[in-house]
Amino acid sequence: MSILVDKSTRLVVQGMTGNEGKFHTAQMIDYGTQVVAGVTPGRGGQTCLDRPVYDTMQEAVRETQPNACCVFVPARFAADAALEAIDAEIPLVIVITEGIPTLQMMKVYWEAQRRGVRVIGPNCPGVITPGEAKIGIMPGHIHMPGKVGVVSRSGTLTYEFVNELTRENFGQTTCIGIGGDPIVGTDFVDSLRLFNEDPATEAVVMIGEIGGAAEERAAEYVKREMVKPVVGFIAGRTAPPGKRMGHAGAIIAGGSGTAAEKISALEAAGIAVCERPGQVGEKLRQAGVRPLS
Amino acid sequence: MKIHEYQAKQIFRELGIPVPEGKVAETPDQAVESARSLGTYPVAVKAQVHVGGRGKAGGVKLAKSAEEAGQHARAILGMSIKGITVKRVLVEAGVDIQREIYAGVIVDRERKAPVLILSAAGGVDIEEVAAADPEKILHLVLQPGLGLQAFQVRRACYFLELPKEAHRAMGETLHALERALFELDASLVEINPLVLTSRNEIIAADGKINLDDNALPLHPDLEGLRDENEEEPLEAEARRHALSYVKLDGKIGCLVNGAGLAMGTMDLVKHFGGELRCDRVAEGVLKARELTGIDVPIVMRLVGTNEDKARELLEGTDLIMLPTMAEAAQKAVELSHRSGD
Repeated sequence: MSILVDKSTRLVVQGMTGNEGKFHTAQMIDYGTQVVAGVTPGRGGQTCLDRPVYDTMQEAVRETQPNACCVFVPARFAADAALEAIDAEIPLVIVITEGIPTLQMMKVYWEAQRRGVRVIGPNCPGVITPGEAKIGIMPGHIHMPGKVGVVSRSGTLTYEFVNELTRENFGQTTCIGIGGDPIVGTDFVDSLRLFNEDPATEAVVMIGEIGGAAEERAAEYVKREMVKPVVGFIAGRTAPPGKRMGHAGAIIAGGSGTAAEKISALEAAGIAVCERPGQVGEKLRQAGVRPLS
Repeated sequence: MKIHEYQAKQIFRELGIPVPEGKVAETPDQAVESARSLGTYPVAVKAQVHVGGRGKAGGVKLAKSAEEAGQHARAILGMSIKGITVKRVLVEAGVDIQREIYAGVIVDRERKAPVLILSAAGGVDIEEVAAADPEKILHLVLQPGLGLQAFQVRRACYFLELPKEAHRAMGETLHALERALFELDASLVEINPLVLTSRNEIIAADGKINLDDNALPLHPDLEGLRDENEEEPLEAEARRHALSYVKLDGKIGCLVNGAGLAMGTMDLVKHFGGELRCDRVAEGVLKARELTGIDVPIVMRLVGTNEDKARELLEGTDLIMLPTMAEAAQKAVELSHRSGD
């Protein structure tokens, strides 16, 4: 078992014919993901990586019945692409693109809520269920099927934890990059809830960072409802206030959103907080999670 | 991106928010000239810098004559406020202040909606008010698809205890604030203070607008409002090359392919004292080194896609490639000690 994506997921890629879109789609196909179509306006009727390309999502849905969509479209057009996927009633829309204006993402968020569509991202690495399917840009080979769910606001930092979980033989059920923007479609609480209900997930690693209060809300949820151990990490302990640290959402504003606040909220909820990725295995073992035999 | 008060006020004027008449001056003589052309006293001479607290730093002064405006301008121009040298002043007609109100609209990341923030305690730091007296602040959520509604305007006016005669002007100003946020793709539009005059007019005596950097490509006209004098020179340089660079204190530079990992690495460097394609990173670093002639030691920690290729590329060079963050951070610290201060 896993969450969100698996072997049966049928993926359509928006922006598959672009440089990054094509490179990563090839990697996804290599990994075993069922990529059924691409959508690029103006490229309808062509094929790319042996897959049909359509001008519109509507045609792609009619011809190939996808149930997930991945957006690699450049920032200016990405919100529109996501809205097109929502309009085509794709239940899972994963937006990799970085740099979408916040007010545009706000529209996408509320439209997804209204239509009951799950949006992941933007500005995220995507979602992977090791051994089954990867949707996004994460390096497949560092993952390993296993028992720990991973949810993170960061991309590359997540790979560090995944690497550790693989090295220490815990493996992963599913890894979700929720994205580093101020407004994202799916947050920590949504992800934790999915992992909480997934029988294969024995524990969850959540990787947060400075800015906003998503980690604090996650801590409240963990305290209230989570029945599985959670190990946490917060990046940006040394970040100065008022500086945007690379991610649009990573900023300590008005003195709040600091790593210290987040770490104490997590600890108060019984979450073991790592100081560095290398400690994740030890923290999991201390929480009673055993590596795969 | 932040813009100056005089730029924000120009935008307010276009949106129909009343602002005092004013002119920008870059020399004391221009300030005298500006004060004369306004033809009314007192005038305010205000330093144009992005940082807050300019009043406390002596960057805002009232003048009763054109000559006095010139003297104030002489004192303020060239002054350093929180490390920024004042290059311009705004010379502005004085405002008849009956009351000072705070009005701002922000994109609230938790509510995922714009929120209008109002307080009768204007003219002071709103974050201090929020901390000390949260009941003095009214939050009005602008619901997606609805926006500012008439009942919300009424609530605002009653909360602020405005005289009936000022309700219409207040409503127009609040609607204009909302329009400003959406039309500019701003993350914050703030008027502090928003002044109620003895004739029940509403006037924006100050103005602050923060623009969403991600939306700037959609607004090429706004890019012209950028003031590089206000930016960290290295950050400005990096931005011109479409790089994400954050200037910090310290002597170890971190080159990382991801914001979260960068923060994690930074934390780890302090603690001791990816993805992308690794070969591309290695190539990039080698090339950068060749082009810039940087001769400080470079420690890289590369794991992920194409790491073998990266290792091949770096073989025989003096770049150090290590497999774990801990080792790399430790190595960097060790080398920085060796090179002294």
